[in-house]
Amino acid sequence: MNALTVLAPKDQFGAPTPEELFTLPPIIPGVDWFTKPVLIALLSAVVVIGFCWAAFASPKVVPRGVQNVVEYGYMFVRDQVARPFLGKDADRWMGLLVSIFFLVLIWNIMGVVPVVQFPVASHIAFPAVLALSIYVLKVYLGIKHQGGVGYFKNMMFPPGLPKPIYLLLAPIEFLSNMIIAPFTHAVRLFANMFAGHMLLAFFSMVGFWFLFEKLTPLGAPIGVLGVVMTIILTGFEMFIQFLQAFLFAMLAAMYIGGALHAEH
Amino acid sequence: MTMAATLLAAEGGANPLIPHDYELIVGIFSFLVVFFVVGRMLVPRIQKTLAERTDAIEGGIKRAEEAQAEAQALQQQYRDQLAEARQDAARLREEAREQAAQIKAELREEAQAEARRLIEAAHAQIEADRQQAFAQLRAEIGRLSTDLASRIVGESLEDEARQRRTVDRFLDELESSSAQAVR
Repeated sequence: MNALTVLAPKDQFGAPTPEELFTLPPIIPGVDWFTKPVLIALLSAVVVIGFCWAAFASPKVVPRGVQNVVEYGYMFVRDQVARPFLGKDADRWMGLLVSIFFLVLIWNIMGVVPVVQFPVASHIAFPAVLALSIYVLKVYLGIKHQGGVGYFKNMMFPPGLPKPIYLLLAPIEFLSNMIIAPFTHAVRLFANMFAGHMLLAFFSMVGFWFLFEKLTPLGAPIGVLGVVMTIILTGFEMFIQFLQAFLFAMLAAMYIGGALHAEH
Repeated sequence: MTMAATLLAAEGGANPLIPHDYELIVGIFSFLVVFFVVGRMLVPRIQKTLAERTDAIEGGIKRAEEAQAEAQALQQQYRDQLAEARQDAARLREEAREQAAQIKAELREEAQAEARRLIEAAHAQIEADRQQAFAQLRAEIGRLSTDLASRIVGESLEDEARQRRTVDRFLDELESSSAQAVR
């Protein structure tokens, strides 16, 4: 909406830039920190807590209504995320994994909710704090369960390889586990949401521009194409949003599992 | 971080890879709140409920198995009882048939004995009657013979025709008297 008003005075169609889409002014002038992403992030937390509270505050053995829905999400996290990577430790980490999965899922879905239409994770700060929390937890658990030396030894020197290989492997493993992993963990989610939001904004802008701002016989078909693409990509985006939330939680489970038990 | 952001902003565009300070704070705050409420308070509750549900389902299955086993035992018992009852019935029927045959035989025996007894009694009666009749007849014949003889002698036979008449008269008398006697 913002971007559209910015573009309105121009005569020619211009694709929305990241600057226009992602740098948003404070909602209340003067309160710099209170921007749209912040508001939606807080709203998402309220939504997650609200849903989970409605479902699990006093859970029934025979589930009804909202409990069925949220329980389905819980089962999904348990069977697809926690159990494959944590095995018998799965139940102990379900609280963390469910919180992460639901929060990221709602963050992402906010990208296609009408009026709201902003994926929280397209601002790197939000995925970054989650990835950083998982990273800290991973290192803490690794040192706690495998010992200070053991953790790094298991990570950098997996047994059963010829000696010279370690010269190459040890730095790579260290780099990948200690530096790249948390970075990719956050950036994967961020970049997907960022790009998805750009795509949706671009095609909806095409539709808006050629059908409402400058309706011409030549431009109209392009406008229609823009609308159709927006609809198709919204569907696709919903799938990506779910997939990224799943991946984010899955990677968290994988890191925790790897820290609890040395990989063989 | 703010410095880098302002630097980039000065260059003409915010780098999307540089996080905002306040967003980091809001992000970690909202995550911690969600983790505390959902992860710490609510997930244990649903875990407890799920465990209860598993128990309930397993208990239900166990109870169903027990009930089935009981039903099967009961059915077996009924079947045994039924077979026993059938055997009893067959045995009773056999006994009854034997008894009936026995009773029939006894009755026939009795009836035959009774019939024989009656026939014998009748025979005895007839014999007695016959004896009596014979005794009576003998006395009568004796008397009649004497009577006839005295008449024949007394009449002094004149001719054959008279003789014949006398004999005929005698026979007539005899006949009528015997008819009277029979009556």
